[in-house]
Amino acid sequence: MLTYLLKRIGAGIILLVLVSTVTFALIYGSTGNVARNILGESASAADIAAKEHELGLDRSLPVQFADWAVHAVQGDLGNSWTRNQRVAPSLASRFPVTLSIVAISVVIMFFVAAVLGITAAVRRGIADQIIQVISVVGFAMPNFWLGLLLVLLFAVRLQWLPPTGYVSFATSPASWVASLVLPVGALVFSGIASASQQVRGAVIDALNKDYVRTLRARGVSPRSILYRHALRNALPATLTVLSVQFIALLGGAAIIEQVFAIPGLGSLTVDAALQGDVPVLMGVVVTLIITVVIMNILIDILNAWANPKVRLQ
Amino acid sequence: MTETTASIPAAGPQRSSLTGLVLRNPLGLLATALIIVVLLTAIFAPLIAPNDPAAVQIFKVNVAPGDGYLLGGDGSGRDIFSRLVWGARNTLIGAAIAVVVAALLGVTAGLFAGYFGKWYETASSWISDALMALPALIVLLALYQALGASIYLSMGIFGIMLSPGFYRLTRTLVKGVKNELYIDAARVSGLTDMRIIIRHILLVVRAPVVIQTSIVAGIAIVIQAGLEFLGLGDPSMPTWGGILQNGFQNMYNAPLGILWPGLAISITVASLVLLANAIRDAMQTGAAPSFRTPAIPAKYAAATPAPTPEEGVLLDIRDLVVAYPDGNGWREVVHGVTLQVRKGDVVGLVGESGSGKTQTAFAVLDLLSTGGKVLSGSITFDGEDLTKKSETEMRALRGRRIAYVPQEPMSNLDPSFRIGAQMVEPLMNVLGLSKAQAKARVLEMLARVGLPDPERTFNAYPHQVSGGMAQRVLIAGAVASSPDLLIADEPTTALDVTVQAEVLELLRELREEFHMTVVMVTHNFGVVADICDRVAVMKKGEIVEENAIGALFSNPQHPYTRMLLGSVLEDTEVRAYRAPAAKGNAA
Repeated sequence: MLTYLLKRIGAGIILLVLVSTVTFALIYGSTGNVARNILGESASAADIAAKEHELGLDRSLPVQFADWAVHAVQGDLGNSWTRNQRVAPSLASRFPVTLSIVAISVVIMFFVAAVLGITAAVRRGIADQIIQVISVVGFAMPNFWLGLLLVLLFAVRLQWLPPTGYVSFATSPASWVASLVLPVGALVFSGIASASQQVRGAVIDALNKDYVRTLRARGVSPRSILYRHALRNALPATLTVLSVQFIALLGGAAIIEQVFAIPGLGSLTVDAALQGDVPVLMGVVVTLIITVVIMNILIDILNAWANPKVRLQ
Repeated sequence: MTETTASIPAAGPQRSSLTGLVLRNPLGLLATALIIVVLLTAIFAPLIAPNDPAAVQIFKVNVAPGDGYLLGGDGSGRDIFSRLVWGARNTLIGAAIAVVVAALLGVTAGLFAGYFGKWYETASSWISDALMALPALIVLLALYQALGASIYLSMGIFGIMLSPGFYRLTRTLVKGVKNELYIDAARVSGLTDMRIIIRHILLVVRAPVVIQTSIVAGIAIVIQAGLEFLGLGDPSMPTWGGILQNGFQNMYNAPLGILWPGLAISITVASLVLLANAIRDAMQTGAAPSFRTPAIPAKYAAATPAPTPEEGVLLDIRDLVVAYPDGNGWREVVHGVTLQVRKGDVVGLVGESGSGKTQTAFAVLDLLSTGGKVLSGSITFDGEDLTKKSETEMRALRGRRIAYVPQEPMSNLDPSFRIGAQMVEPLMNVLGLSKAQAKARVLEMLARVGLPDPERTFNAYPHQVSGGMAQRVLIAGAVASSPDLLIADEPTTALDVTVQAEVLELLRELREEFHMTVVMVTHNFGVVADICDRVAVMKKGEIVEENAIGALFSNPQHPYTRMLLGSVLEDTEVRAYRAPAAKGNAA
């Protein structure tokens, strides 16, 4: 169990190192006219050289990377090139917003998808058909379009909820909830659709296992078969779905934050991407990879708890 | 345009039956028609669009639909309809790039990893896992400056990030067929690996890859629209995502503007998913989930009355018909089986796989696989017709009076629970024992079936015991409630030869000790000879011969019985009997 976990953590660190190296090479490698972009068309060659020296771009790529990496492991991600801000603190102020949206979405998605998926697996018939329809619709409707439609309906037409903006929990819990309803709704819909399909599949698989027949042959009740045995065995597949959906939601949140003008990591990333703010982009990538790695390790732990074969390795 | 159409020829050379099945499915037909419409729109965009997508008419800003602008004008006074038509072309090219890159990379890597395995598979799987851990949209955002405004380059990179889906699918499929006999045959006959991969294995992965292509195309369209919606596209090029972005900026003045591009994206993507579903359903006809159970034909309605109980008969099966739903009708797997089992007898139910012997046994337990049904006939157990009993009543019988020993020991233990837990639970349910009593009983039974350390087995997980031990556990579980009837489905088939004999011996002892009647489902006459009093021979869902063991072995009546006996004698190397028995009937 411990070796298993150490292995997973090791794999996560390798992934982090690999992705940051490749990303760094790609985005710092293409910073040819950053200085000119920042200074404007009228800047002289000397000004540009001075700016490049100031940003450290006149050094070779490996030297730049080594410098960045040494600082990064100490939690220093450098300065933004376009705003007068340090990268790490600005990530720290925005990341919780995104994380709370994604975390709430994952939890809602998990419960709704579990209920829908299990119902469809057990009842088949109508419940099953409804889920099939939802899953096609959820897959086909881009979350940002759904978000816009929700704004038009609930904010503009019915005026039940604010159309955009974000209120922090500390300011007003009620407004915080109100500001999150539409974005989270838009974000979870497609996730629920695909996750409930997967849960349905996992539960049906578990119910079709040989040992279920044997347990039934011994007189075990259908309730215990479903809740004790089938769900327990469907859990690993469901957890995998959850990890895939978590990653998808992190990306989806970037667009949704733009639609709802939420000051999270996503809108920071979009601005940085459009303006070529490379240190911020590196910071975002590293933060998100670490988040994904941590999430996957949590899921691995849950998986090990659910699966004695893994736990007792 | 070649990229745009690349996904369609892939679907072209399917077997005509598969294409036919997809098109006969109403949703499949609709989806195909819509996809063709979108493709034609993309190809003939210059002919279809009534206006130049970039032409600005200042007096038509946010104009309502009509007056030359079919769907109205956008915030700059451009024709939304013409922009959507051109957007179809640009959007589909981008999606096609992603799909082609993903499919080429993923399928190639999957073929090699599945076929050759070893380090190659380890490396590709690691890369695939790593790619799947990346939030694609964020990576594309981060690389935006490096890639430039060309959405096509971004979609190429996105294709790489989508390739794990193809990789995993192909690898799994290839591993599944790699060891099939016909692949071995091709290898033995001297075909090179490359030829085998291209000729035989690609054939197997083709349809699933078409399904995956359809789904990935949908994902690519959505992500591409997302990037453009965020303003990361080329503003001079109309795309659905870009049009949606324009609509978004102008949403409070012209709410309709966000409707059209969203609909274009959603309808196209929905068509792709529906097409994928239709192909999947067509591939697994029969297994396709049919939402209604087909009507039971009238010929089964005339229920045969259950026989009057006879003295000494424990199980009396009459004219049993078992069937499974198949499209709009029923497919019979047991056609009118009649069998009497007297108290205390061990009756062998013998036949090849697919002869219906296991289905007959499951019908007695009322544990047919999903959809299976007893359409007519009766199963009388100790004077009561089991086919008339409700699920609750059957549950009271199962485990208590009728027990079951399965064929494959490892897959019949729940891997997530300790062996003890899954034996204690039924005893508490069925016999109403307390937890402690049930545990004591389980330990006693584990010792009785010959497990050297019952306490340890009790606390072990299924993967920690051997197949032979697991089968003893299952026998202990079945016998623990002292049932009257034990149904054993090939209880020794999955075991080593030495263990087989021990398990049969154990069953013989337990049968006497607990005064059980046993129905032994098997294909092995050696097992029959060893333990049975009577034998019923099944073929294609019917009993062709039934007799006492001695009579059947010395004087088999039915040619099929003689053939089965002949093949056994070959196995057991009794050469003297081999020639006459095998020759006449083996062909």
